[in-house]
Amino acid sequence: MTHNVEEAAGSGPSHRGMEIGVAVLMAVIAIIGVIGSLQVGIGWAAEGPRAGFFPFYISVIVLISCAVNIVTTLRHADDGATFATWGQLAKVMQVLVPTSIYAVVVPYIGIYVASALLIALFMRWFGRYNWLIVAAVAVGLPIVTFVTFEIWFLVPLPKGPLEAALGF
Amino acid sequence: MLEDIGNLFHGFAVVAQPYNLVLMVVGIVLGVIVGVLPGLGGANGIAILLPLTFSMSPTSAIIMLSCIYWGALFGGAITSILFNIPGEPWSVATTFDGYPMAQKGKAGEALTAAFTSSFVGALFAVIVITLVAPLVASFALEFGPPEIFSVYFLAFCSFVGLSKEPPFKTIASMMLGFGLGAVGLDQMTGQLRLTFGFESLLNGFDFLIAVIGLFGIGEILLTMEEGLSFRGKTAKLNMKVVLNTWAELPRYWMLSLRSCLIGCWMGISPAGATPASFMSYGIAKRISKRGRFFGTGEIEGVVAPETAAHAAGTSALLPMISLGVPGSPTAAVLLGGLLIWGLQPGPLLFTEQKDFVWGLIASMYMGNIVGLIIVLTCVPMFAAILRIPFSVIAPVILVFCAIGAYTVHNNTFDVVMMVVFGIAGYLMKKTNYPLAPMVLAIVLGDKAEESFRQSLLGSQGSFSVFWSTGLVSAIMTLGLIALFWPIIQNTWVKIFGSAGEPRPAE
Amino acid sequence: MSVANKVLTIGTAAIASGAIALSAAPAKAWEPSHPIEIIVPAGTGGGADQMARAVQGIITKHNLSKQSVVVINKSGGAGGEGFLDVKNSKGNDHKLIITLSNLFTTPMATGIPFNWKDLTPVAMMALDEFILWVNAGKPYKTAKDYVDDIKSKPDNTFKMGGTGSKQEDQIITVALEKATGKKMTYIPYKGGGAVAVQLVGNHIDSSVNNPIEAVAHWRAGKLRPLCVFDDKKLDYHDKIAGDLAWDSIPTCKSAGLNVEYLMLRGFFAPPGISNDAVAYYVDLMKKVRETPEWKKLMSDGAFNQSFMTGDEYVKWVAAAEKTHEELMRSAGFLAKTN
Repeated sequence: MTHNVEEAAGSGPSHRGMEIGVAVLMAVIAIIGVIGSLQVGIGWAAEGPRAGFFPFYISVIVLISCAVNIVTTLRHADDGATFATWGQLAKVMQVLVPTSIYAVVVPYIGIYVASALLIALFMRWFGRYNWLIVAAVAVGLPIVTFVTFEIWFLVPLPKGPLEAALGF
Repeated sequence: MLEDIGNLFHGFAVVAQPYNLVLMVVGIVLGVIVGVLPGLGGANGIAILLPLTFSMSPTSAIIMLSCIYWGALFGGAITSILFNIPGEPWSVATTFDGYPMAQKGKAGEALTAAFTSSFVGALFAVIVITLVAPLVASFALEFGPPEIFSVYFLAFCSFVGLSKEPPFKTIASMMLGFGLGAVGLDQMTGQLRLTFGFESLLNGFDFLIAVIGLFGIGEILLTMEEGLSFRGKTAKLNMKVVLNTWAELPRYWMLSLRSCLIGCWMGISPAGATPASFMSYGIAKRISKRGRFFGTGEIEGVVAPETAAHAAGTSALLPMISLGVPGSPTAAVLLGGLLIWGLQPGPLLFTEQKDFVWGLIASMYMGNIVGLIIVLTCVPMFAAILRIPFSVIAPVILVFCAIGAYTVHNNTFDVVMMVVFGIAGYLMKKTNYPLAPMVLAIVLGDKAEESFRQSLLGSQGSFSVFWSTGLVSAIMTLGLIALFWPIIQNTWVKIFGSAGEPRPAE
Repeated sequence: MSVANKVLTIGTAAIASGAIALSAAPAKAWEPSHPIEIIVPAGTGGGADQMARAVQGIITKHNLSKQSVVVINKSGGAGGEGFLDVKNSKGNDHKLIITLSNLFTTPMATGIPFNWKDLTPVAMMALDEFILWVNAGKPYKTAKDYVDDIKSKPDNTFKMGGTGSKQEDQIITVALEKATGKKMTYIPYKGGGAVAVQLVGNHIDSSVNNPIEAVAHWRAGKLRPLCVFDDKKLDYHDKIAGDLAWDSIPTCKSAGLNVEYLMLRGFFAPPGISNDAVAYYVDLMKKVRETPEWKKLMSDGAFNQSFMTGDEYVKWVAAAEKTHEELMRSAGFLAKTN
């Protein structure tokens, strides 16, 4: 795994901060795990270990590991390394935000329309293709997908009002 | 024995009928498509196409379906190598070195190695099936819950243990994987756990969604951060790459043989292809002279898991035929097919339905050969996909990831989960948490827990059950050796000197 | 609400909600306009899945419907996911769900908000039988031999394997425990095929596999059926293992084990669909039952070929629910929230 910290010019969140952030996030998940395990019982019942037995101890181990990781990070002096520059993070967001929106709208407008919009956005925004090519790919691919999945393989994917209007 | 060989040739004669040959090619091509398309995969693909075969004779039908299976197995490697998105659990280990190879411009080599290894593994397993079918079936009967647990234990131990990342990060990652795998219905008590009343969590976290997110989406985010390009653009695009890779592969015969054996063993014991691929990768990493370069694009890291996975996938058909227990979801669907065609899987199938069984075995030989030829000729075409500009391919990958995530449970919530896993994958990769142990834990965690608890139920809570028979003791011991291998190796080197001349790096 | 009262209410509710009736004139019939989805609330390869795919294959092969049929597995939460999906597809008349006993057991054991009354009953296709199996190497020739041995040993000496937890196999096991007065160790596995193989490998002492799951091992002389959990012998006379046929297996009742259990294999549709659509599906299923493939499947699996629709079906399901509730309650399997 490569770290491009040295070539990253400009400022950004510190690597150390992110390390701690990730560890804390995992610890939070682990605490949720502990609570959930306690709800279903962590002891032994007539049928052997209860449902929460394993998740409980697993969550405890995650908690301990997170604590160790946080301590290790804190004991090392801050070397000033950045996690990524703001510019890099902005680029990540350029993908992440549309993708997140995509994931959220799929149940409402169907996967085909959402996909067409996502592809069009990427091609036009990042690729600066002319509208004709954008339209061809953005409309063509969902249609091919539709034919493959819905008609050939009979796998229904989420559909929205447009498909309903077309009678599917 | 002689009679069996006669039967096999009779099988070849059945398979070689033009009608069956055509079905075979159609099956392979459909299989590759199904394997490449996210969310279809072998089990789904066969389930979907099963009704089409009801009007055929059982032999023709099984030839077509098993060829879809081979095709899907071949196809699964393609997305793993090109996009870091494994379509099936047993392709996960292939991404570890296959994807870095593609990034270095060696996509053609990686694909060729993967296809060829699959072929070798499958062929080895078919030969084993042909020769020792009855013997092997009785071996599978030895596996009760403790034995099955010991096999999972061995798979974990041989994979974990040595890793470049800080040990507590590895532990955190793996345990988090176990935790995520535990969400949903507890098989043993029939109780829901960790769902907190959310209907969307009834299913738990499926491995495929986690993997698509962690690897596929996470990779796109990383690529985005590093600038808009896939680094593997310069993949060589002619058939020479296939021949060159072939010239290199015989060097790894020992690795292949070992992977074949691991695969066959895991396939016959009901553990299946996924632990086989991880175990084979882990052991190769330990034994290979270039082990410390594993994960950066070593061809051995592609050969080992692919060979084992396919040896296991193929030999898993044996317990299915002779015992009626499917070794994989795909085999389960095939089994359903057998029943509908009026064939009863079981010990008597071999004597009662000779045409069918030997036709199936013959189609394993032929199907793999035909499949290898088809996929190899397409290697340059697959590698060329990497030439498509990022701004086009990235959204297409995202769309396919979403389709893949959705079709796992036909649930749109999973698409959202996939994006969450993508962010997690990005953050974890940047902060040095290894992802592989987490995925391994999600895949095998609940199965390992299940067999562990089944064992303890049977023994009334006594742990001695894991050392109760020769078989289970032997596997548990192997597991412990694998876990402490680095220490054992160091001690060995200290006492007896160097373990041999390291092979010069290429 | 008293039980009798409840059953009555269920019956009326179902009738009021317009569940079926063969009498509904099939004159200008409703027809599907796009593919019909069959939801399987279980994994691929299980009994319900096999039956759904057989129905799909039969409909396709005999061209019984103008539209194709799609099978979708939604197995999460012991099938709860599939039931909730259909419950939430109100008015969708292109969706069916095939059920097994988890129609009752899953909501009772897990507390998920679902009841069969949320669905529109379509038709009972068959009932699946349960048989008590032991390894053929063991000395037990009759159910009585086995029961006597259980009674003579301490609790938890005998291991019973079954599919899933707090579902049909474990319910039967609990009923057996009551009949014998001894506890058994119940070990849940993922599928019936695996249970049968564990029994062949002597990792468990007995199982209550469905006929189709264990028949191959019986024929191969590895397993021995002791008795069938039904009030009458199975109605299949073809020789299967040596001189024995399905109808050679005595009922458990006759062997002194007063335990009876049959599992529903039937279709339901989402709530709020029209009578015409239900009539269409009832008719479709009748056609499916006429085909040779279906008959073959039935005899292979020694199914009880009861077919019910309309009120009769609703009554049967309501009674079955009551039985399950009693069994689950006495076994302590009801979710705490209930």
